[in-house]
Amino acid sequence: MDLTAIEIIATLAKALVVFTAGMMCTPVLVYAERRLCGFMQDRLGPNRVGPKGLLQPIADAVKSFFKEDLLPANVDRFLWIVAPAIGIAVPILCLAVIPFGASVPLTESYTLIFQVADPDVGVLYVLGVVSLGIFCTTMGGWASNSKFPLLGSLRASAQMVSYEIAMALAVISVVMSTGSLKLSAIVAHQNTDWLGVVPEWHCFTQPLAFLIFFVAAVAENNRIPFDLPECEQELVSGYHTEYSGMRFAMFMMGEYTAIGFMSALIVTMFLGGWSLPWIQLAPASGPSWIGGLVSILVFLVKWALVAFTYIWLRWTLPRFRYDQLMGLGWKALVPLGLANIAVTAFLGVVL
Amino acid sequence: MTTKTTVARTVDRSSRNMVLNIGPSHPAMHGTLRIVAELDGETITKATLEIGYLHCGFEKLAEHRTYNQWLTVTDRMNYVSALANNIGFVLAVEALLGVEVPERCAWIRTVLYELSRLSDHVMNIGLMAMDLGAMTPMLWSFKERETLYDVFEACCGGRMTMSYPRVGGLARDVPKDFKERVRFGIKGIRSYCDEIETMLTKNRIWLDRTQGVGILTKEDAVQYGATGPVLRASGVPYDLRKDAPYLCYDRVDFDVVTSDTCDVNGRYHVRLDEMREAVRIVEQCLDKMPEAGPINVDDYGVILPPKEKVYDQMESLIHHFKLIMEGMRMPVGESYHATEAPNGELGYYVVSGGTGRPHRLHVRAPTFYNYQPYPLMIEGRMISDAIAAMASLNIVAGELDR
Repeated sequence: MDLTAIEIIATLAKALVVFTAGMMCTPVLVYAERRLCGFMQDRLGPNRVGPKGLLQPIADAVKSFFKEDLLPANVDRFLWIVAPAIGIAVPILCLAVIPFGASVPLTESYTLIFQVADPDVGVLYVLGVVSLGIFCTTMGGWASNSKFPLLGSLRASAQMVSYEIAMALAVISVVMSTGSLKLSAIVAHQNTDWLGVVPEWHCFTQPLAFLIFFVAAVAENNRIPFDLPECEQELVSGYHTEYSGMRFAMFMMGEYTAIGFMSALIVTMFLGGWSLPWIQLAPASGPSWIGGLVSILVFLVKWALVAFTYIWLRWTLPRFRYDQLMGLGWKALVPLGLANIAVTAFLGVVL
Repeated sequence: MTTKTTVARTVDRSSRNMVLNIGPSHPAMHGTLRIVAELDGETITKATLEIGYLHCGFEKLAEHRTYNQWLTVTDRMNYVSALANNIGFVLAVEALLGVEVPERCAWIRTVLYELSRLSDHVMNIGLMAMDLGAMTPMLWSFKERETLYDVFEACCGGRMTMSYPRVGGLARDVPKDFKERVRFGIKGIRSYCDEIETMLTKNRIWLDRTQGVGILTKEDAVQYGATGPVLRASGVPYDLRKDAPYLCYDRVDFDVVTSDTCDVNGRYHVRLDEMREAVRIVEQCLDKMPEAGPINVDDYGVILPPKEKVYDQMESLIHHFKLIMEGMRMPVGESYHATEAPNGELGYYVVSGGTGRPHRLHVRAPTFYNYQPYPLMIEGRMISDAIAAMASLNIVAGELDR
């Protein structure tokens, strides 16, 4: 396949932007989480470092950077060092296939799509790479050679594997109704309005799949109500007990970037991606600059709402016990997902 | 050290179960507690408790302090509800002495006792929620505690360790705006209780985590000597405020809250409803309290005379000197007096040899007895249940170990 110079430059530039955006997820979400959690708890969050505390994440990063890099004596060295790296690499890899906006006409011959890569099996790629994220928690706990991290990673691996299945089942219904595995096609499928009134977002046309996927996504991210692997009260710090300084910061970054990625995925697959309800941002007449830029803004707003919901859930709900969590995954979400597929298939044939 | 080897011997290292040491330094342990748990996967097959990490020799200290000096030590036992400990102690000493404090002092002490009960329960509910993952109620709890702290600070200057009562009365009278301050302090409690109910009571996750967890049957609770909300949540309506009234509890109207569920959820409901009852009691006390009147017993052999008299009258100077240097003249004898502290029956057993310092002073700490059946509650359950059950028992290490 011939790649013109402009394609190569554009892809590299997009990759750089997406990489930066992925790394920026952490400071943005950490700040948002701490401020919002403060407001929910009837107090102010960080508000001293910089105006309204906006420079707090930078202060945290600098602090982590300067901490002593301890390598405990009994750990399995290679795995212990590699675990946080996988933790942060996986979500950024996944971010590569998320469509952030409608296309814009860069030059007369080249339309810039806001997606680093758009493989024909985009959904499969995402599901596959997200599965690799499980290694991060498993290896972190196992390599730490200590009981609390071991318990944390055992719980994490079982939890993440079971909720992967629920997630995949929810995604299958979406793929069935779209008819394609390409993420850009999924967004394009949602870019219409039913009867001109209700946007055909999959959260309206596949509400059960949306619910299942959202719950499974929160579980994949090890967030309350599913944060058993790392809950402080029971396991000291779970699988990242033995980490400190920058390595611990990398685990945190991996977690928040994964939250950012999952929010982006939920927006793409269920909330219409970059599309607006009644205003067509990708008109049939051709891509436009206004449409493209506004669509990025729309995407970001939706992403922020989903991330806010993550934070909201974390500070509101208690956490599940391990057996209740596994019961929910296997005995509730998987059957519901299968039922949803059956109903979608049936309606697809009938309608 | 003998304790270490004893615990180690009870643990079966030849079995295939993993031995997990929870504590003493652990984010969820309420204080310095150690549980040596044998785990089969997530299930605790055997739990051995080890206490004493916060033992400071409080009871031994009593033998070398006058009664009012040792009062400051009582603050440090259940440091979450310090005034309850203080008042319980001075009531025990006054029982041995045979003095009755004036009306006004008794009403004020009742109000303060109930405020410290509110303080303890509010904290426990917040901590229980936090241990189960709902982090927000804890911050709301502390906000309510702050308003209560303001009341305590206005009375005596201390927020956590008050040492406000004295044997025979109070250190000083309450401030002029005491009633307004208290009313302001409890105003938020009712809405706090309602807010917590909306957050937690019908929450599916909360119910899954607390119902049927940490079961302590009625028979076990009575056998182990558990008291307070732990006992009342197992269905036994034993409350010293009704069964052996002291202070002004026989003159106010309140209900004893019990629950039949014997589990963590039951204890949560008992504490929440006890908070509402405490607010009722405080409001009645504020209405019935005499506006003016003496605070202290009219006997300078027991309580310090006011400074003006110390400077002017010889007898007062001598009383002052004797009370500070030797302590008050106690009759030879012993007495046990218990009050219904937020955690249960807090009893003080005072043995006096006739001097100003006790011969022996033993504290019947409710936490010590409540903590004993903990292995019963968690064996066969999972670690998450152990944490939930621990939180519901309201173990305060200062009181447990003394």
